[in-house]
Amino acid sequence: MIDRLDTRETESVPATGEAATTIRLETVVNGRPVSAEIEPRTLLLDFLRDRLGLTGAKRSCDVQVCGVCTVLLDGKPVSACSTLAYEAHGREVLTIEGLARFGELHPIQQAFMERTAIQCGFCTPGMILTTKALLDENPRPTREEIAAYLGGNLCRCTGYWMIIEAVEHAARLMAGEEDRS
Amino acid sequence: MSTLSHRPASTEPMGAAQGNGAQGLVGLSAPRVDARAKATGEAKYAGDLQIPGLAYGKVLRSPYAHARIVRIDASRAQALPGVIAVLTGDDVLDINPYYGHAIKDRPLIAIDRVRFVGEPVAAVAAEDPQTAAEALELIEVEYEELPAAITLDAALAEDAPRLHVTELLKPGLFHGLGELKPQPGNICYHHAFARGDVEEAFAKADIVVEGEYHFPAVYQYSMEPHTTIAQWGDGEITVWSSCQHPFLVRAEIADLFGLPVANVRIVVPYLGGGFGSKSYTKLEPLTVALARKARRPVRIANTVDEAMVTTRRHGMKAWMRTAASADGRLLAREVRCWFDTGAYADNGPRVVATGADAAPGPYRWEAVKVDSWGVYTNTSPAGSYRAFGATHLQWIGEAQVDEIARRCGLDALQIRERNLLRPGEAVRPGGKPLDADLIGDIQKVAAALDWGTPKPANVGRGLSVGLLAAGAHPVSTAFARLEADGTATLYVSSTEVGQGVRTVFSQILATELALPVERVRVQGGDTLVTPYDRSTGASRSTTLAGLAVQRAGQELRAKLLEIAARVFGLPEEAIELRDGAVWHEGESISYPDLIRAHFGMVGGELIGRGEVRPEKGTGSYAEGPVFWEVCIGGAEVEVDPDTGKVTVRKAVSVADVGKAINPRLVKAQEMGGWLQGLGNALFEEMIYDEQTGQILNATLFDYHVPTIADLPASFVSTIVENEDGPGPYGAKGVGEGALAGATAAIVTALYDAGVRVTELPATPERVWRWLRERDSAAAGGAQSARE
Repeated sequence: MIDRLDTRETESVPATGEAATTIRLETVVNGRPVSAEIEPRTLLLDFLRDRLGLTGAKRSCDVQVCGVCTVLLDGKPVSACSTLAYEAHGREVLTIEGLARFGELHPIQQAFMERTAIQCGFCTPGMILTTKALLDENPRPTREEIAAYLGGNLCRCTGYWMIIEAVEHAARLMAGEEDRS
Repeated sequence: MSTLSHRPASTEPMGAAQGNGAQGLVGLSAPRVDARAKATGEAKYAGDLQIPGLAYGKVLRSPYAHARIVRIDASRAQALPGVIAVLTGDDVLDINPYYGHAIKDRPLIAIDRVRFVGEPVAAVAAEDPQTAAEALELIEVEYEELPAAITLDAALAEDAPRLHVTELLKPGLFHGLGELKPQPGNICYHHAFARGDVEEAFAKADIVVEGEYHFPAVYQYSMEPHTTIAQWGDGEITVWSSCQHPFLVRAEIADLFGLPVANVRIVVPYLGGGFGSKSYTKLEPLTVALARKARRPVRIANTVDEAMVTTRRHGMKAWMRTAASADGRLLAREVRCWFDTGAYADNGPRVVATGADAAPGPYRWEAVKVDSWGVYTNTSPAGSYRAFGATHLQWIGEAQVDEIARRCGLDALQIRERNLLRPGEAVRPGGKPLDADLIGDIQKVAAALDWGTPKPANVGRGLSVGLLAAGAHPVSTAFARLEADGTATLYVSSTEVGQGVRTVFSQILATELALPVERVRVQGGDTLVTPYDRSTGASRSTTLAGLAVQRAGQELRAKLLEIAARVFGLPEEAIELRDGAVWHEGESISYPDLIRAHFGMVGGELIGRGEVRPEKGTGSYAEGPVFWEVCIGGAEVEVDPDTGKVTVRKAVSVADVGKAINPRLVKAQEMGGWLQGLGNALFEEMIYDEQTGQILNATLFDYHVPTIADLPASFVSTIVENEDGPGPYGAKGVGEGALAGATAAIVTALYDAGVRVTELPATPERVWRWLRERDSAAAGGAQSARE
């Protein structure tokens, strides 16, 4: 569940902010502290894409249905298109750009590549991050559990079969198992 | 949800591919060359690009389906701080602002009149997107509403309001359909053909099946909505756009703004899906006009509701009758179909013609008569969507074939085995003869469905087969550079929409050059850099652009052999290319050493070119298609008799591809196409209010596309490789057939379960009503039998 915002920080923000009113956002993005003046209405997706240049999270439906804007907030998937940037205050954001460490791909990225779970790639960052949240919670999900957890991430290209294969493959890779399937 | 138990499609050899001479990489499921960029978020799409001075565009759209624009006052918007320019129809009167690759019927921004809800009326460029959105609110537009024709029936009525003075419309640059004759009323285009004596065939037939059918407007939903950046320079235009056909966009932009094509540059980044929604020209003219006025580069990015009014699949109504003899010989078919092309033609004429081609189905007829019309209505324009034409008509024809089989006591497989065309037989007058083994294909579908084995109550099994005129025009070029270090770069303008075209092309070039696939780099489309390719669509890229790539590789290969023969002092026949080197018996020289020997220094490069053009005739549509794409599928469905809900238990596809250059990518196309076919069959439908023309389900809350929960419990996909295609190594295109095949197979499976589908999508409510109709008809029949 999403934690309550720290109201001590927001008390000083006028309820009806004029365009010029800004608030200070202190957050951690991909392991690095970020401090920025933002308009209260700023969406997390716009903050990541336009202010930080992290364009891996995409924009499509704008109504929290498609999942292409998914990022992890304290490890849980959220739709950045429908999340205020300030909701990340005092919390940690992980985007697709933060998943690989020093050029070494995360096993989920590896699995999506090896199982052809990628076509146009527009859903891929969100799919991979939702998969990370799933496997962090449940390292050996059943097919039904995978389908239930990824229900908020649409893909129009693959027909999902190869994505399910990739998630299962990732689970095995993360468990350090030999995977010849 | 039920158990997901598809047979894994990963049994082909995979992994790092090694070149072992010609054909070494063909048939190998090489990893996608773009996978890493896409898995790390580094792949750039049009909305991710930043260029200096970029302004943000937003579009004011018509709230009326049909209205005269009395007055536009943009002064308050223009005065808003942060607004750079406001564009209205008055700003484009110095050029001829009408475009359309088939028919020039569309102004790039409304001029005096709007013809659909969502038509651009004004556009704002501002320093940031919020200011642009606020400025839209300040533009005052006074409309005078006009009577509107929202539905096909309304537009075809005798006293219907007319959308265009069709007699005055000019053909577009690329209609490609012979002479365009002016049509009466709201008819945009008419395509017809006939063969044999239809009346006589129906008169002598023992069995005649006849019906009226409806197919809905469908939203392609490429997940990336259309996005375009335009920059206006001194006599030069640069556009970065999510477009499938950059050279056709270039030509239309050059034509609109009166520039030579060389002065217009279209750059295509990665596309977040296309499926036809990004074919031809979409946002580009409006964005260029806005950039021209703003004197700044401008980006316009559609939202999903804007994408829905930018293009869609044609809604259609059709009347069809099919005649057969008592022993199940198909005799004749007559079809009339009307395609709702919306307010502007877009690709409507081609859809109308392709639908006509698909209407007879792949059977041996004594007589056929097809009339197909495109009709203007006051709705958003309809264009291309994967497997257009075939998806519209195949389910109807196949349902009639199954009804005939029932009446003459054959099963669905038997009637097809008896009547399907065989390779070499004529499909339509003047067109390419059949180039596929359809009977072999349909037998594979039947086997995968366990045809003939017992099945539970309320379960139906169906199969379907059809043909789609594929390839568009056979014109593609490519060139390749073999660099001094022995790596190759390929220049080709096919758009990577997700289908994997860069991967397949790298395999083809690597094969021809006997290089590991990792040593080939494929450049993205950029009309200033990459050479002409007609388009990316109609399943043509592997077959046609791929052939150009192969020929570019062959030219390079010939140069390598020629140089090696000189260096070795041997005939070319005594030399072979292997592992990035030229070999004679046990001796080899690597490509870098050979290139150094040729140029006498470290540096230089070899260049190979490839060209594909019609080898006989004119390449006209009448003589086409380039190949017949096989649209085939099988389905097992379960119907809940209480609710009408349909569950697809099993999906079957057969990819008749000639040669699978990358089998894994072929299966990826089949699976993705199949699930779109499921959406088209069972729930996808754009719903227009018949009075106002507003789309009532213009968000993804209300417009349901298949989710992971909609997956059939199992999927069986077979690849057929008869090397009977015109592409490299005997390949022919794939990607569309599964969609049309799946939609029709779900319909025939429902038929087998006792549901007579006459309208798509087959929603639970409709299925429930059809079941009630069947039951009451059966009860009525039983009653009259007793009387």
